Amino acid sequence: MLKVNNLAVSYGAIKAIHGVSLEVHDGEVVSLIGANGAGKTTILRTISGLKRADDGEILFNGTDLRKMEPSKIITLKLAHVPEGRHIFPQMTVEENLEMGAFTDKKDMEANMEEVFERFSRLKERRRQLAGTLSGGEQQMLAVGRALMAKPSMILMDEPSMGLSPLLVKEIFSIIKEVNRKGITVLLVEQNAKMALSISSRAYVMETGKITISGNAGELLRDDRVRKAYLGQ
Amino acid sequence: MERRVKISYVINLLGVLAVFLLFVLLFESRIFGAATQYIKGICTTACYTIIMVASLNLVVGCMGEFSLGHAGFVSVGAYASAIVSGALTGKGLPDLALFLIALLAGGIAAGITGVLVGIPALRLRGDYLAIVTVAFAEIIRVCFCNFSITGGGKTMSGILKLSDFYWCYWIMAACVAVMYLYIRSRFGRTVKAIREDYIAASAAGINVTYYKVLTFTVAAFFAGVGGGIYAHYMTAMIPTNFNFMYSAELLSEVIIGGIGSLTGSIIGAAFLSSLPEMMRQFSQYRMLAYSVVLIIVMIFKPGGIFGNWEFSLVRILHRAEKKGHEKAEGGVQPWKQLERKSRY
Repeated sequence: MLKVNNLAVSYGAIKAIHGVSLEVHDGEVVSLIGANGAGKTTILRTISGLKRADDGEILFNGTDLRKMEPSKIITLKLAHVPEGRHIFPQMTVEENLEMGAFTDKKDMEANMEEVFERFSRLKERRRQLAGTLSGGEQQMLAVGRALMAKPSMILMDEPSMGLSPLLVKEIFSIIKEVNRKGITVLLVEQNAKMALSISSRAYVMETGKITISGNAGELLRDDRVRKAYLGQ
Repeated sequence: MERRVKISYVINLLGVLAVFLLFVLLFESRIFGAATQYIKGICTTACYTIIMVASLNLVVGCMGEFSLGHAGFVSVGAYASAIVSGALTGKGLPDLALFLIALLAGGIAAGITGVLVGIPALRLRGDYLAIVTVAFAEIIRVCFCNFSITGGGKTMSGILKLSDFYWCYWIMAACVAVMYLYIRSRFGRTVKAIREDYIAASAAGINVTYYKVLTFTVAAFFAGVGGGIYAHYMTAMIPTNFNFMYSAELLSEVIIGGIGSLTGSIIGAAFLSSLPEMMRQFSQYRMLAYSVVLIIVMIFKPGGIFGNWEFSLVRILHRAEKKGHEKAEGGVQPWKQLERKSRY
């Protein structure tokens, strides 16, 4: 479904990503784990067009995304939940969701009902300003907004950031549920244990390169991963 | 839903009409005696200032970008409309038609300038954009000082006095209504989303540049209309009228009234444009008064007098109606909104 070949990205003179290749198949949850500054977020931003690549190839169902505007990429049904939630704080919950359906307003109402069904807490607060929601609710809203675009694949950037352990669990169960409905997920996480437990495969990144990749179960048992990311 | 919307249009129209009739009553009954003409003039000043300030509020409030070059668009509108009305005089057009055509021409000229400036400038954000808009307004001013059609650096005079308060009132009401509808429309919400979060907006598939340029253009159009009324009220102008101070004045009126509140723009513009007249005897100190008012408002009410609260006749009527039935439920109160975060 998504294929990244030899991707290279830089911020000015600083090379952030050196030749990363990865692949996500239809229906999978793939996670990308690694320490701070490894370049995980940069990869997601480059895939969804928010950042330009220097070199390499990004193929989504065969279409090259590299030269495409972000507003075009989402019409290919590839949604992005940015890091740090990025909701629209002074707009209501409903308006936030409406923005998610920006490129495809067909069945918006039905879709919104579906999102409200999944996140009942958002439904209670549908007319509330998004900035007044709690952190977990905001994250749910960010996910809900991405779902409004009816994506076939979602890029999720650190959905567990800044949430209490209980909420982290909830968010991960939501991701699992989203995936069960047939949406492919590429997940970037610091919380390696949680991420690996819901993924089928994973890539481990270190300073702009992929160092380890493989089956999530195997990685959970891998000594290097355990030592570096699971603190065991 | 449809019916409710229609009813609210009628209610608002009646509200605008009521205010209009109040003015007509005041002026026609000669309550002010010999000063009537003078006060009418101040009211006309208020009308075009309201249009300019409200249009600037589209950029500052709705889009969240500081523009310090709004006087540039005003001057384009003022000169374009003056040239058009000058060219069309004596063609047998009724005054009102001539006036409207001139204003439209001014608005369109300013709108086109808005597109031309917006496309390169709106790639920038925050402080950088503010500086570019200053530069742009200066370019316009210098151009007008050198074009022969605008009278060069000399005064362009002999513009028809077409700005009658009664007409201007309705033009102002129409402009504000259109701007309000723009803010409340899909477009306005999209622009607000861009203001709220640039990254999330583009991730949601919004073409950020397109919507920003569109808003900038709409704002420029109305600034041009305001400029047109200005030209046909003053009947003479020089490019230096539209200097940086004028832009700063408009911006301070937006900030005092409330960033993001058209109600605030209306009150702020009406109040501050008549303030210098009220303080006629020490008129040269009015910028001092401005500054003091600005400081006081910023200290006690950082979001402006009205914040982003909007006056709504429909809501008031609705409340009054509800009160008869039961106590209002504790819903979200629009004025209890989040403190506006600085966009820098």
